[in-house]
Amino acid sequence: MNNEELKTKITELLPSAIFDETGEWLNINVEPGDWLSFAGKLRNEESLFFDYLFCLTCIDWKTHLTMVYHLSSTKFRHNIVVKSTLDSNKPEIETVSHIWQTANFHEREVYEMFGVNFLNHPDLRLLILPDGWEGKNPMLKNFEDPINMIKL
Amino acid sequence: MFEEIGTNTEGDLIINVGPQHPATHGVLHLVLTLNGETIKKVEPHLGYIHRSIEKMCESLTYRQFIYVTSRMDYLSAHINNHACAISVEKGMQLEVPERAQVIRVIMDELTRIASHELWWGAMAMDIGAFTPFFHAFREREKINEIMEETCGARLTMNYYVPGGLMADLHPDFQKKVKEFIILFKKKIDEYDELVTGNIIFINRMKGVGLLSKEDAVSFGVTGPAGRGSGVSNDIRKLYPYAVYDKVQFEEILETGCDSLARYMVRIREMKQSILIIEQLIDNIPEGDFQAKTKAVLKLPKGEFYTRVETARGELGVYIVSEGGTTPYRIKFRSPGFSNLSALDKMARGSKLGDLVAMMGTLDLVIPDIDR
Repeated sequence: MNNEELKTKITELLPSAIFDETGEWLNINVEPGDWLSFAGKLRNEESLFFDYLFCLTCIDWKTHLTMVYHLSSTKFRHNIVVKSTLDSNKPEIETVSHIWQTANFHEREVYEMFGVNFLNHPDLRLLILPDGWEGKNPMLKNFEDPINMIKL
Repeated sequence: MFEEIGTNTEGDLIINVGPQHPATHGVLHLVLTLNGETIKKVEPHLGYIHRSIEKMCESLTYRQFIYVTSRMDYLSAHINNHACAISVEKGMQLEVPERAQVIRVIMDELTRIASHELWWGAMAMDIGAFTPFFHAFREREKINEIMEETCGARLTMNYYVPGGLMADLHPDFQKKVKEFIILFKKKIDEYDELVTGNIIFINRMKGVGLLSKEDAVSFGVTGPAGRGSGVSNDIRKLYPYAVYDKVQFEEILETGCDSLARYMVRIREMKQSILIIEQLIDNIPEGDFQAKTKAVLKLPKGEFYTRVETARGELGVYIVSEGGTTPYRIKFRSPGFSNLSALDKMARGSKLGDLVAMMGTLDLVIPDIDR
């Protein structure tokens, strides 16, 4: 499907989706509350079939956090980017690890690095940081470590 | 971690593999739950060599950050650099000279052969055959010498810069590569005789670490590990970069879904890499090896995502730019991280002794996983 067809189809599935076509792929902004049901539709809808989540990450914009999901279909070879804006004070979003199993590890990484709480995640524990890590999440922009961080 | 070790309430034995264990090839720590000799659960604990490369890159300029990425997947250093160089070139809309493109592909494929050779030797050693290690390193040394002449380094080459290459080729480069091709074609058959056809080896690998096609896609297992499960995921074919669309080669697919299939993919892939180099080595166009660029690189505001095929799978470089000289946020989607997440699924229900065969054929490089 090309971007126009994708837009038509996705508007059918989620009328509140906001599109952005400035990047390489079609960007879709969704509300965190809509994400879980929308993700299930993206995966299971026959004509979309987004079965491959190739990147899951988070961006700290200081005022808010943005979750970024890069999706691809191994059948149709179309790609989309789904974004969802989270509140910095209480960042939380539903997990998609039961839809794309790779999300399990990627969400754990985002959880410890950005402090995003993934609701209903089966195993939300520290993955990379040492046990008993206390303090801020290292990938946040306001993280300071006077000993290990060298300013260039 | 150590207080967990012992027996749990169900009477299962919980043991550590690593962080210092020869078969993990680096500091990978797995906590296994065993019922007798049967694996019930594999739990990776990562981060022993986490250097926070993503955070580091946020304070490095677009010229500097490429060099850090050589240290991620150190066996695919050239290919990591390639991904970063493409991202910056994409953002700045730089035209890379044809000569640089061709040299990059030759270097990438040489790296892929070197990486697969090291994997082949180390994996054979893991499952008990010591000789292949020396055979593999003998040929890999030749590639290292070629790299050393042109790039000045043997492991972390840092040869690619945004817009082209850091320096031109060494005058002996073509001659040496051609010699290597002749040598390697003989040796690869020797590899097959030594290991591939060996009945003990086949029995160790066949039916071990099954990963279905659906699971491979769902776990995001890419590269030879994914292709061993029949998933067509070669970025060089699907989204060609540099001059990959101008060379003839085959995407290797196996449908065995087991360790043997993943092994066969890599062995056959080495032959395809040789094929690509053969097509290009006599056709390196004359001209500049580097495009003219400004001293200070600035990417426009926006997002740039690049996908390349490293020796281990799909590497994604996601740059978020705010228009400055350094990236605002950078994410490396490393193949090893996703591939490792499937290990638990593969290992459940199999014997402890087979775990090494599974880890071996996933081709884990720990700095690539931790970043």
